[in-house]
Amino acid sequence: MEHGEYLQHLARQQWLIPFFPLMAAAIQSLMKRPSRKASGALTIIAMGLSCIFALRAFFATIGGGGQHHEIERAIFNFTWFKFGTTSLGLGFILDPLAEGMAVMVAFVGFWIFVNATGYMADDENFTRFFCFLSLFAASMLGLVVSNNLLLLYMCWELVGLCSYLLIGFWYFKPAAAAAMKKAFITTRIGDVGFLLGIVMLYWKTGTLNLYTHDTLHPGALEQVSALALRNGWWGLSAASTIAFLLFIGAMGKSAQFPLHVWLPDAMEGPTPVSALIHAATMVAAGVFMVGRMYPLFTAEAGSWVLDFVMWVGCITAVFSATIAVAQFDIKRVLAYSTCSQLGFMVMALGAGSVVAGQFHLLTHAFFKALLFLGSGCVIIGTHHEQDMRKMGGLRKYMPITFWCYLIGMLALCGVPPFAGFFSKDEILLSTFHRNKYAWGLATFAAFLTAFYMTRQMFMVFAGKWRGGENDHGHDKHGKHDDHEHGHHGGEPHEVTWNMWLPIAVLSLFAIGLGFFGHKYGEYLGVEGAESVEGKAVVMGASLAVVALGLLLGWAVYGRKTMEHATDEDPLSAALGSLFTFLNRKWYIDELYDVTIIRFTATCGMFFRLVDKSVVDGILHAIAWTAWGISQVFRWIGDEFFINGGFDAGCESVRWEGEEFSKLENGRIQNYFRVLSLGAAILLLIYFFT
Amino acid sequence: MNIPLGDYLMLSAFLFAIGLCGALSRKNAIIVLIGIEIMFNAAILNLIVFWHYKYFAVPTAYMFAIFAISIAAAESAVGLALVIAIYRQYKSVDVDEFTSLKG
Repeated sequence: MEHGEYLQHLARQQWLIPFFPLMAAAIQSLMKRPSRKASGALTIIAMGLSCIFALRAFFATIGGGGQHHEIERAIFNFTWFKFGTTSLGLGFILDPLAEGMAVMVAFVGFWIFVNATGYMADDENFTRFFCFLSLFAASMLGLVVSNNLLLLYMCWELVGLCSYLLIGFWYFKPAAAAAMKKAFITTRIGDVGFLLGIVMLYWKTGTLNLYTHDTLHPGALEQVSALALRNGWWGLSAASTIAFLLFIGAMGKSAQFPLHVWLPDAMEGPTPVSALIHAATMVAAGVFMVGRMYPLFTAEAGSWVLDFVMWVGCITAVFSATIAVAQFDIKRVLAYSTCSQLGFMVMALGAGSVVAGQFHLLTHAFFKALLFLGSGCVIIGTHHEQDMRKMGGLRKYMPITFWCYLIGMLALCGVPPFAGFFSKDEILLSTFHRNKYAWGLATFAAFLTAFYMTRQMFMVFAGKWRGGENDHGHDKHGKHDDHEHGHHGGEPHEVTWNMWLPIAVLSLFAIGLGFFGHKYGEYLGVEGAESVEGKAVVMGASLAVVALGLLLGWAVYGRKTMEHATDEDPLSAALGSLFTFLNRKWYIDELYDVTIIRFTATCGMFFRLVDKSVVDGILHAIAWTAWGISQVFRWIGDEFFINGGFDAGCESVRWEGEEFSKLENGRIQNYFRVLSLGAAILLLIYFFT
Repeated sequence: MNIPLGDYLMLSAFLFAIGLCGALSRKNAIIVLIGIEIMFNAAILNLIVFWHYKYFAVPTAYMFAIFAISIAAAESAVGLALVIAIYRQYKSVDVDEFTSLKG
């Protein structure tokens, strides 16, 4: 088969990639609760099949004929439904951007599932958990391979729904129930922008297909040059307006400032969910979507949208990194670190480099999944302890987890030759060319990253075991209530093979993946306009700040490790109230409480008052008038004439009523049965006469 | 793909019967609601099939079906809200226990 035809053939089979997990979810939703082995095996096998199909498509896109000047892109569009002359289509796409992402999601997801079988081993709702996980994976894979904004939006919302279900998986914990609502509502705010963007795109182009390869009916992304000439809102061209609206959606999904608040709270979910949401899938969706719609962002030269994107990313990167410095929950540090890294990706997109953003997305997915699963191992190994102050010395107890975690941490900090170094360096370089101030801030964020990860390493793995000092059987989050672990409060232990194998595999990728950065740029088909100018400065600066961060972390936390869980954090002693300020996350939640939430509540109160006074007042006035009139008639007519005559009649009616009311036994289904019987009789009469 | 009209009507009648049985015989209010939904969908299926076989050029029937679907959705939302409200009152979803309207 010729190569183009082969790609076309594969594009027709793209639907298979999300299909397997979807089927797995469907089957599991019908399974009985105790069938744990079947459920876990089904999920993992389905994900493995998806992974194989994704890899097949991935290798097909790599093995293109010769030079990659033209991006190889095969599509498969079909009509979903049609009324009158209007039709709505759906479609799948096969191109490097989608396949790189699909392989990552399927592969990382696969290992997360393996780890989850260990993490959730004691949970009684195992089947429900894996059902949701499969659905989550299916919707994310569907999002990645869709060639249509409608399909993309459906999957986007499905991802949101699944994250809602999974964050609140332990719904009986009030914190989890609050977190699930917060995540859903916060991303919903962004989704309003996204939906507006989609509607506007349909209005301006008349199609939601991204590519059609058809000059008569061009797809939306094939019309961007025309869109750039039309007027939109706020003095922007139509293309930039749509891009801006779509980016609002990405801000919600990818947890960019100021819509980042849901992501740290999402830590209430089980740890594999955190790994899935914060590494491979949900948060990646926003960045991926911006990458997918990137032609819209660049269509109009010199619009402020790209600068906006860059600054949002930059602010998020620095802002979340400062918060991560002062957290004590092992997962919360990682959550804010994820926020910060997403900021880096968005900043790269805003600085004009899709390759850097997407490449960091991929490498980050591997090492952040590694870190989250590692923290899951730590939590299991220490019997559901999440407070880093009560850990310590775990290196001795959990050697495998320690080494994998160390690799993940070095990759996140950007120490060469680990993966994070290359991708972060590319981001910093592209930002350097775009804007020196943003670059400076981002470099500062890189410094903070190195510092807080070093802090975490020393607190968790170095020193001596501080757990079990004073009986802390139930910490403030109530994490213990859900598991009967049997051996509470003992020494920490290494986890079982199905938990450490995934992190071992992922750590291989965290080491090796960085070397493919250049190849990935070629693969995405972006012409290498990379100037070497400034490269030495950027690389030198980032290496210097990373080294500085590691050193400072060692100086503060490594030289003298904490002795007791109740000791004050050395940084807290040095920073004083600033530390508290950071620990409370810049008081953003409190700020939202007194502004937006208070405002909404006040509006509600106000309208309730209006309802009570004005609307009810009018109603009452009418009612009183009617009552007054009727009083008059009552005295004139009723009492004299009617009462006497009718009393006798009423008596008999009352008797009949009593008899009939025995039929009204209040059972709805009886009424319904009689009704159906009557209808059936009528039908029979109709047929036989 | 030439499925005769009658087959669809049979399917629809079958669906309707299943829904009716469910709505009449089950005790759980949610199952009753599901039964009602199934009957709804049987009716909608009829609309679509007749549209497709008899009045293909006219989109009215199609639009009518879409309206019916949205109304069914609204109806089930209201129904579920009612079930929840009733559950709060009676701590049960057994329809036989809701007899406070009896004469």
